[in-house]
Amino acid sequence: MTALYLLDLVLVPAILLAACTAVGTRDRFAAVVSFIVYGLLLAIAWVRLGAVDVALAEAAIGAGLTGVLLLGALARMGRRADEAAAAGPPGRTLRLGAAALGAAVAAGIAAAVLALPEPAPQLSGAVAEALPALGLGNPVTGVLLAFRGYDTLLEAVVLLLALLGIWSLAPDPAWGGLPGLRHRARPEGVLAWLGRLLPPVGIVVGLYVFWVGADRPGGAFQAGTILAAVWILAVMSALVEPPAVRSLALRLALVAGPALFLAVGFAGLGLAGAFLGYPAAAGWAKPLILLVEAGLTLSIAATLALLVAGTPERAAG
Amino acid sequence: MMPDLLAGFAALVLLSVAAGLARVLRGPTAADRMMAAQLLGTGGIATVLLLAAALDMPAAVDVALVLALLAAFAAVAFVKGASPEGTGDPEEEA
Amino acid sequence: MSAWDLFTLAAVAAGAFFFLAGTVGLLRFPDVFTRLHALTKADNLGLGLIVLGLLPRAEGVFGALKLVAVWLLALLAAATVAQLVARLARREGDAGA
Repeated sequence: MTALYLLDLVLVPAILLAACTAVGTRDRFAAVVSFIVYGLLLAIAWVRLGAVDVALAEAAIGAGLTGVLLLGALARMGRRADEAAAAGPPGRTLRLGAAALGAAVAAGIAAAVLALPEPAPQLSGAVAEALPALGLGNPVTGVLLAFRGYDTLLEAVVLLLALLGIWSLAPDPAWGGLPGLRHRARPEGVLAWLGRLLPPVGIVVGLYVFWVGADRPGGAFQAGTILAAVWILAVMSALVEPPAVRSLALRLALVAGPALFLAVGFAGLGLAGAFLGYPAAAGWAKPLILLVEAGLTLSIAATLALLVAGTPERAAG
Repeated sequence: MMPDLLAGFAALVLLSVAAGLARVLRGPTAADRMMAAQLLGTGGIATVLLLAAALDMPAAVDVALVLALLAAFAAVAFVKGASPEGTGDPEEEA
Repeated sequence: MSAWDLFTLAAVAAGAFFFLAGTVGLLRFPDVFTRLHALTKADNLGLGLIVLGLLPRAEGVFGALKLVAVWLLALLAAATVAQLVARLARREGDAGA
């Protein structure tokens, strides 16, 4: 289809322009907005390449979380950043060092891409062959939850470790307390209205994305991100307070997914003869995978929401 | 024929909203930059819908659904960021 | 090419025109409030017309409802954002060109 190349002709320069602006501009706010636009354009690019699962993740992360995180950080760094700017630009050595390091990383990635054999090695044939045994329709879910289960389990744990890192920045008096500052909003205002209207819709969309993940693009990560985003909206609208990080219910939600995944993994040791294996008997794999996905959706939603909510800053009342 | 035309319109819509990147760069106010991102967001939703139809990929409509659900989020964070400590609401002091 | 295809093309073309008009307004209008006006009117009418044009090609009733939901959510976002950004701009008085 030749018209698709027309789209590429617009999309690719726009992505490059947004990326260069995000890195190159001296206006911090323009840089953040460029980065948000960059994420949106990447989501379109993934759709263009037919990778709808990735596009969904990019859309949810880019539109829902990254923008809120960066703009919130920008608002809070305000005065401190101005003081740093008044101290003068970083020295020549620092700038040259940063440029050299960046160029080295770019060169390394370029070398890796150029070194890929043609045609690229791939396992998609093997995945398509083994997929019917899982009872799933979406090969991406099959790879993430079964064929490449180790990676997904470790990724879920890495997210938890990142959250622990953020919590550990809390000052002693606030340890175990409420993350972030208290948000305010006029109770009958536009913001509070949006905060009441959108989360129910977002919960439905999130559960839908989780449920279709077995057979169509979607899944735990995308669904968890959507749920985290609408919860953060409710927090920003001052409708709910984030829970104290010492809360037992919160901690159970955070570990439910990885714990369930590990339990199913160890069960596989007995039932299928391999850690993270699924029983070969027909009809067992899909319910187990859905169970793990449900736990992961809950845990990823809680983890991402608290990552954005930030370090505990107020002692629990 | 139809897929080609739909993809062509996707390119046209993306081109027209991508011109808004100039507003992101030029400002002058933060509100101007944010509005340009908002326009790119809506145009991006339209582009994804047109692409989904052109490539006959109905699952891609879910991407547009997620983008539309979260379309206001960055702007909400932006207006909150304009208040001290980034926790207020532009309506309360108005 | 069927009559439905012609309908699709006409609506999509009209939608694309409104996106173009929205961008021209955003780039050419003199201050924050007029630019906000261009943005929130034009691009949502644009998206609405494109959704309308794609309805005949949707996969079943559920697919069509999903397309309409996309438009309604975008309208909700645009209306809220316009309110919030306009109040902010008025309070800060930085509506200059």
